Amino acid sequence: MKVAKRYKIGLFIPCYIDQFYPQVGIATLELLRKLGQDVHYPLEQTCCGQPLANSGAEDDAKAVYRNFVRNFSEFDYVVTPSGSCAYHVREHYDILEQSEDVVKVRRCTYELCEFIADVLKVDDLKINYPHRVGVHQSCHGLRGLKLGNPSELISASYSKVISLLEKAEGIELIKLDREDECCGFGGTFSIFEPAVSARMGRDRVDDHIRNNAEIITATDMSCLMHLEGIIKRNNKSIKVVHIAEILNSNTL
Amino acid sequence: MRSHSERAALFLKDQNRVTWHDETLWIVRKKRDKAAAAVKEWEELREKASQVKEYVLSDLAYLLLEFEKNATQNGAVVHWAADADEFNRIVLEIINSKSAHNIVKSKSMLTEECGLNHYLEEHGIDIVDTDLGERIIQFRNEPPSHIVLPAIHLKKEDIGELFHEKLGTERGSTDPQYLTRAARAHLREKFVNAQVALTGVNFAVAENGSVVVCTNEGNADMGVHSAPVQIHCMGIEKIIPKMEHLGIFTRLLARNATGQPITTYTSHYMTPKVNGEMHIIIVDNGRTERLASRDYRDALKCIRCGACMNTCPVYRRSGGHSYGFTIPGPIGTILAPHSLPGKIVYKDLPAASSLCMSCSNVCPVKIGIHEQIYKLRQELIRKGYGSLVKRVVLKISGFVFSKPHLYDLSGKMVRIALKKLPRALIYNRVNTWGLERELPDVPVQSFKEWYRQNESNK
Repeated sequence: MKVAKRYKIGLFIPCYIDQFYPQVGIATLELLRKLGQDVHYPLEQTCCGQPLANSGAEDDAKAVYRNFVRNFSEFDYVVTPSGSCAYHVREHYDILEQSEDVVKVRRCTYELCEFIADVLKVDDLKINYPHRVGVHQSCHGLRGLKLGNPSELISASYSKVISLLEKAEGIELIKLDREDECCGFGGTFSIFEPAVSARMGRDRVDDHIRNNAEIITATDMSCLMHLEGIIKRNNKSIKVVHIAEILNSNTL
Repeated sequence: MRSHSERAALFLKDQNRVTWHDETLWIVRKKRDKAAAAVKEWEELREKASQVKEYVLSDLAYLLLEFEKNATQNGAVVHWAADADEFNRIVLEIINSKSAHNIVKSKSMLTEECGLNHYLEEHGIDIVDTDLGERIIQFRNEPPSHIVLPAIHLKKEDIGELFHEKLGTERGSTDPQYLTRAARAHLREKFVNAQVALTGVNFAVAENGSVVVCTNEGNADMGVHSAPVQIHCMGIEKIIPKMEHLGIFTRLLARNATGQPITTYTSHYMTPKVNGEMHIIIVDNGRTERLASRDYRDALKCIRCGACMNTCPVYRRSGGHSYGFTIPGPIGTILAPHSLPGKIVYKDLPAASSLCMSCSNVCPVKIGIHEQIYKLRQELIRKGYGSLVKRVVLKISGFVFSKPHLYDLSGKMVRIALKKLPRALIYNRVNTWGLERELPDVPVQSFKEWYRQNESNK
């Protein structure tokens, strides 16, 4: 696969992916390598700090932010299979002193699909994926990183995520009744507001099932972890697969 | 007092009603999308509206005085109220000065905020809400559950039952047209006998001292035209500089609220009627303090369209009453007093959001609602409002996440615990995740362990 340039990339694997979904990290690593990138995984990394900050403990998160910057300041780009973490680094590391390293890390942190589309400018990953797939557009990627145009805004239609998927051979992208409604994960929202969160999750799963999807995919495993929890509890047959795993099922 | 999550859980017990509530409001959201999309300069309009409000907030004192001067010249009497108590007192004084007892009121969230109805009722005044939805909840002695659709939590069956009891409609009848006619007949009588008419204000135009009220039922006009005394109540932030700015807002308001191109009635009030009186009460009630705060000032731009409620996935499933504040939903969460001395602190509300950002995207004046909710969360923890357990857990997590080895070790311990412990121990009451969800399966290795084993030496 020909790409414009070989970059030195710091791979950030979010804490919950590290602990519970290593296959998503592996798929991301493999995919970036197939795309000719020089990928490094700094071993001292932990978390972007979002779980703390979203709960109101920004002050306690600062040390976590600094650890992140320490680990990733040497790379051309920081790439992560999570829109939410990338958004957090870009948007909320503003409370740190804006040293050269902090500014660079904030500017160079990318969600995986965004990196492929905007930096590598690859639009066809030669994927073969003969499945009926529903794309759950995770909010922080969609509305925070602007990976697509959210349905509320009156603007031209685009999606960096769907563009990568729709060229896959055999894939059938299903249309949802509500194209970009929140799944109800919301980080610690899922813990502090369990009843609303679970109901939102059930509605999201039902939308996919009603429209005959086999697989729910997303840029964020956190949304999928929540939806998977709902699916398993309710014994549904639909599956969740992170987008990195789909994009990595290619013949590059 | 119950928290939002507890009240939401109660609302969610009736899953069918939640489905209906969610779908009804989603239809309104879709109508809004369609109406907005029909205006090709929609996003430009939002930007303009936001900028006009930005100017208003930056020059509010001057604009208010200009409005007062022009309104006074028009023959209106302008009153200033620092807080809810003073506002209520002024209204009562005007009513008493006319020895009036029958008051009709069209929709005003400000009077809800100030608790005017209860205050007047305590003083023996009969105040009737004339907006149909407002009348319904007044009959039920409930606060509104939505700022534009106050009775949206009720189904037509609920209304049928209520009107049978209050208005003597046929038992079991739920035909909307029949019920609306009964309400109309009831309200006509109230209008005819009204001595004072109260209205809210959507926009107050500084350059000519007029107030603009938007309704769909014409009830503001019915009241003002039949009662000799009219009182218009407004928060200090309702000012717009000039008439030429009004169109920006009227084009946005109804489209964003309900998907209509414009409200059925857009009433301009400028001068008192012959032999009548026109009063305008300008209310602060905490707004100046907000104006002074850098982080939360923008919330004063709100034009009360309610679109953030209709789009909010939490609001649609938890119902307006779950917020416990006069204004529910995302905008209510940031408008609810949270740091004003001596006020109730709605400390549970900032958690009642998944931070999906849809609210900020529909907001016609581009308030960064989700950003303010995020900031409020920080403020609450800094001020020590979080539970001790929550604060300790956050402190420990902050420590663990900042120490790579401790993080690796803790991760491993959690995974071992999840693997080894019996299900009954893991799925306990404290584990709110597990109430309606499974935890993820535990993998053999973390990514980092896999990487160390397979990649480190490459």
